[in-house]
Amino acid sequence: MTNTIVIGQEPEKQPEVDVSKIVPINRQSFADKLRAYSKKPFSMILMLLVMLAAIITAAIVFWILIHTLIQGVPHLNLKMFSWTWTSENLSLMPALINTLIIAGIALVIAVPIGVFAAIFMVEYAKSTNIFVKIVRMAAETLSGIPSIVFGIFGNIFFVGMFGYCLLSGAFTVTLMILPLIMRTTEEALLAVPDSFREGSYALGAGKLRTIFVIILPSAMSGIISGIILGLGRVVGETAALIYSAGSPINAAHASGLMTSGCTLSVFLYSLMSEGEHVHEAWATAVVLIVLVVIINGAAEFVGNKLKKEY
Amino acid sequence: MTEEVLEECKEVKRQIKIDPKELIMKIVFIIAAAVFIAAVITICVFIFVQAFPALKEIGLFNFLFGDEWYPTNETNPRFGIAPMIVGSVYITGGALIIGVPIGFLTAVFMARYCPKPIYKVMKPITNILAGIPSIVYGYFGLMVLVPFVRETFGGDGMSILTASIVLGIMILPTIISVSENAIRAVPKSYYEGAVALGATKERAIFRTEVPAAKSGIVTSIILGLGRVIGETMAVVMICGNQARFPDEITDGVRTLTANIVLEMSYAQPGSLHEGALIATAAVLFVFILIITLLVALIRKKSK
Repeated sequence: MTNTIVIGQEPEKQPEVDVSKIVPINRQSFADKLRAYSKKPFSMILMLLVMLAAIITAAIVFWILIHTLIQGVPHLNLKMFSWTWTSENLSLMPALINTLIIAGIALVIAVPIGVFAAIFMVEYAKSTNIFVKIVRMAAETLSGIPSIVFGIFGNIFFVGMFGYCLLSGAFTVTLMILPLIMRTTEEALLAVPDSFREGSYALGAGKLRTIFVIILPSAMSGIISGIILGLGRVVGETAALIYSAGSPINAAHASGLMTSGCTLSVFLYSLMSEGEHVHEAWATAVVLIVLVVIINGAAEFVGNKLKKEY
Repeated sequence: MTEEVLEECKEVKRQIKIDPKELIMKIVFIIAAAVFIAAVITICVFIFVQAFPALKEIGLFNFLFGDEWYPTNETNPRFGIAPMIVGSVYITGGALIIGVPIGFLTAVFMARYCPKPIYKVMKPITNILAGIPSIVYGYFGLMVLVPFVRETFGGDGMSILTASIVLGIMILPTIISVSENAIRAVPKSYYEGAVALGATKERAIFRTEVPAAKSGIVTSIILGLGRVIGETMAVVMICGNQARFPDEITDGVRTLTANIVLEMSYAQPGSLHEGALIATAAVLFVFILIITLLVALIRKKSK
């Protein structure tokens, strides 16, 4: 075909094209997919397995949640939240308060150490430094140590110093949440773009001022979400606390930091091992799950909502 | 000329004074980082020092390979943790057999199949799975799975099988999130190239992307392994806790972690029994150290 136009002759009329009838060839309809899969049965089996696995995962979660709620919610009553514990009402309030006290102390100690360590790792250290490598190795080891080993260590070390008390328990879980707080803070600091630092230096701010005035506020959402995750970890912890914060039998209020008391998870453990209070145990499990889900949800919410788009 | 400039630079540098506050805070940051090293060393030292006398008295070989555990026998107490090591290994294996395929395939789903609206549901779901306290898993296993296994497979329900199922569920979130990130990190061009050559979606994913994400997937499995070995509260409720070698998967076993939790409450302080329990924790600690080292090695290799 040539593009030359012969003068005195109408150019040949192009047939009208109905745009809506154009079929994109890069789009597969469901029938096409079926046809393709029928030629490759192994691919189809794999696809079905992938779907099946996802359904199983979702089903397991719903199964656990719904079963626990069905068993526990009918037995939730105000009696369980009364202020003092007696052998009749089996109130979980003292345990809840002990949990908050232990979590509070643990966070007060762990947050500065974890955040400062993260600042050192991200802002000061070069990754080739041997000290940095050892710190990273130590943090990874710490996050891998099973909670019962923490419990044994707390039993030997802190209980040896303070006796069975809330303080020993708090110190033990402090060690557990340190790596979590450091890791989340590190991620938050790394997400702050370098232009922030450069801008700050260019305006004459020193390193310290840059960190505390520019970088930390920008990374705050990530740090807070890490702190909330640490709180969730403490609330769910059992094995590390049984042999450091004290006897599961004593479910009453701890009368100070130096007395023993059980947290919510340990309280559930004692209800379980007695085996008589099935309903109360389910109800406590509901409270525990709701608490943890709310805490983790809050962490996610804070992490997403406060995140600034750079 | 250049020398002059260099000289001038040095002069300027000499004139800038370092604020003492900067130096002090830098030292504070270094100390905070050093706390991590100190914590690990302290935990190491205390556990091994406390375990050492007991190990010496029992003998390391007898402790690790002895198959009888009668800690409170007055005339002839025996401390052999071989049944517990075997129990831990069986349950770990079982949990991996159940958890790894489901977790890995779900990770593939999350990374490559999941439409956005479903992803917004699936992601929080796996996070909830990670957040549920282990004691609740234990209670769920005790009340729901133990009767189920007892009726379906026989035995008394508290068995390797039950514990494997519960722990298999517990490692799902670890495997899913780490593997998903690994698969997502594979460049899109791998997938596009494979599809352009005529591969089906499955072939493209499982033959090009998965091999490329291999190190991340292996890491996720090892992390799951660490979680299973260290898991305590869920296991102690459902594994039966008999300190003997099992014959079938419906038999009960006792794990290293369960051994500590069960007996620490009545071991006499300072006794050989307590020492043996701390030594059990030391064995557990060594396992975890090996696992951490493995993960570090894999990371190094994949870089």
